[in-house]
Amino acid sequence: MKHMQRPMNSDSETPIAELRGTSKHYGAVVAAQELDLSIRRGEFLSFLGPSGCGKTTALRMLAGFETPTSGEVLLDGQRVNHLPPHQRPVNMVFQHYALFPHMTVAENIAYGLRQRRPQPDKAGIAEAVERMLETVRLPGFGNRRIWEMSGGQQQRVALARAIVNQPKLLLLDEPMAALDKKLRRDMQIELQSLQRQLGITFVLVTHDQEEALSMSDRICIMQGGRIVQVGTPRELYDRPLNRYVADFVGKSNFFSGIVQDGALVVEGLRVAAAPGAGGTGATASLRPEQIALSRAPVEGMVNLPVRIEARIFLGEHTEYLVRHDRLGGFLILVPRQAEAAEGGFEPGAEAHANWRAEAALILAE
Amino acid sequence: MRLYALAIYLFLYIPIGIIALFSFNAGRHASQFTGFSVQWYGKTLANPFVMEALKTSLTVAFLSATLATVAGTMAALALPSLKGRMRLFFDAALYVAVMVPGIVIGIATLIALVTVFDWVNPLLASLWPGAEPPQLGLGLGSLVLAHGLFAMALVVIIVRARVAGMDRSLIEASADLGATPWGTFRQVTLPQIAPAVLAGFLLSFTFSFDDFIIAFFVAGPNTTLPIYVFSSIRRGVTPEINAIGTMVMAVSLILLIIAQGMLQRRRA
Repeated sequence: MKHMQRPMNSDSETPIAELRGTSKHYGAVVAAQELDLSIRRGEFLSFLGPSGCGKTTALRMLAGFETPTSGEVLLDGQRVNHLPPHQRPVNMVFQHYALFPHMTVAENIAYGLRQRRPQPDKAGIAEAVERMLETVRLPGFGNRRIWEMSGGQQQRVALARAIVNQPKLLLLDEPMAALDKKLRRDMQIELQSLQRQLGITFVLVTHDQEEALSMSDRICIMQGGRIVQVGTPRELYDRPLNRYVADFVGKSNFFSGIVQDGALVVEGLRVAAAPGAGGTGATASLRPEQIALSRAPVEGMVNLPVRIEARIFLGEHTEYLVRHDRLGGFLILVPRQAEAAEGGFEPGAEAHANWRAEAALILAE
Repeated sequence: MRLYALAIYLFLYIPIGIIALFSFNAGRHASQFTGFSVQWYGKTLANPFVMEALKTSLTVAFLSATLATVAGTMAALALPSLKGRMRLFFDAALYVAVMVPGIVIGIATLIALVTVFDWVNPLLASLWPGAEPPQLGLGLGSLVLAHGLFAMALVVIIVRARVAGMDRSLIEASADLGATPWGTFRQVTLPQIAPAVLAGFLLSFTFSFDDFIIAFFVAGPNTTLPIYVFSSIRRGVTPEINAIGTMVMAVSLILLIIAQGMLQRRRA
């Protein structure tokens, strides 16, 4: 059953997987609420959100570990709601890898192939395992025991064990959570290039926005069991649908006030251009890099006198935490060249924060 | 503290040590050691009654341990899916089965078996086409059943601990990689719990091999080694009995140590 070819549906128009109004309830608890998502062939898609947002439930419904309470799950155009995991052409990399401790590395990788009926011959399996070990850069590690491998190596084995089956979807459940930061960065790059090289559709679950932004073609942002916004990292960063997305994707400063005469007024200050009816409440989102710091007010910009509270050197950029009497604290990211031109600011110093009134994004609450 | 522990161990093991020592006594009397000899071991092993009893004991121990291991392991795997009150009930029932004194289990099993036989034998007789219907009675079968039932509780308790410590995601990973439920059991679950299953088997075996009280009630015409020892003791403690006792203890001790080793093996 597994990995059966279905050439009829394999045209590139059909999404490789789809959720259609898919919900999952556990008694009164709603884990996922009417998810609608279509996953494109060959893309790298991430579910991003805090724990309990429903991203893992979505992944587990794709894998077959959970059956939706209502709605549909489609794989390659076929409804698979009740198809058990062992019959789905989908493989998963588990959070703690779930490698079989009583088997060698090679036996772990061969496991999926050995479940096929008819079983492939021994030489074929051995060859596929060898090739996989090369792919994940662990040549010669086949006879090692799982506990002899480091965390990063175990993750590669888990990856190899999944992709050797050439699944239609590779599901990754927070695979980097157990790795240290440096290793995580390396693995992210490796995972991304592996995905390009293999052409397999990757679906990643993560709560790490940096991870999602750096690796994904598209990100599906979730909150409270619902999908909030789906888009490319750039779309989500530049045009977040609401404050939740703006806050989750990258850092942002938020100013809430009332719209008056085409401007958002906060505490009596016009901080951003805001079209629309006057008198309604709105929030402006300003990315830290959209704000500049200067010694004197700048013509044609929103200017606010601020006091520098803290300075964090980040290499290419310097992050300033500043405070305005009425607006409170906010973040400013100053590039190295700009800082060189204007001169650095010491904590405690007075300065002017300024930005274009149109730069701010007005968000729905 | 260490002295204290030493004293306790001495208290526990000196009587056993004396039995072992006197099994090597050259003389016939249990009170004075007259010289080293293994003649009693030779005499014991040449005694056809002892060998017959040993054969019965080993057969019953093997069969009842097998029964207990298979049934107990299945129960241990199924128990985690029970919830709430049912779970509580089964947990309590398990521990009660282990803690009830052997004499109670012996009598209860005897009464239960005899009642069943009283029911089944006439029924069997009326259905039997031939002239001589088989009569169910106490014997090897009832021994195996009684020991198996008691030991099953032991196996469930041991195996369940291992099942609880097992990573659930291994089973999911196996299913995810295309293994059928049976394939997952054979290739992942069983190898993972194997040490506990084996330890359960060895403990069940030891329990059955050593048991006197339950066997005394349900053995019927059969004589197990402990029953043989009990009946010979009425004619006085001979060095032969010491030799049997020492051998039984040695076998039990070895099996227990192996079982302990199994359970402590790295949770790989």
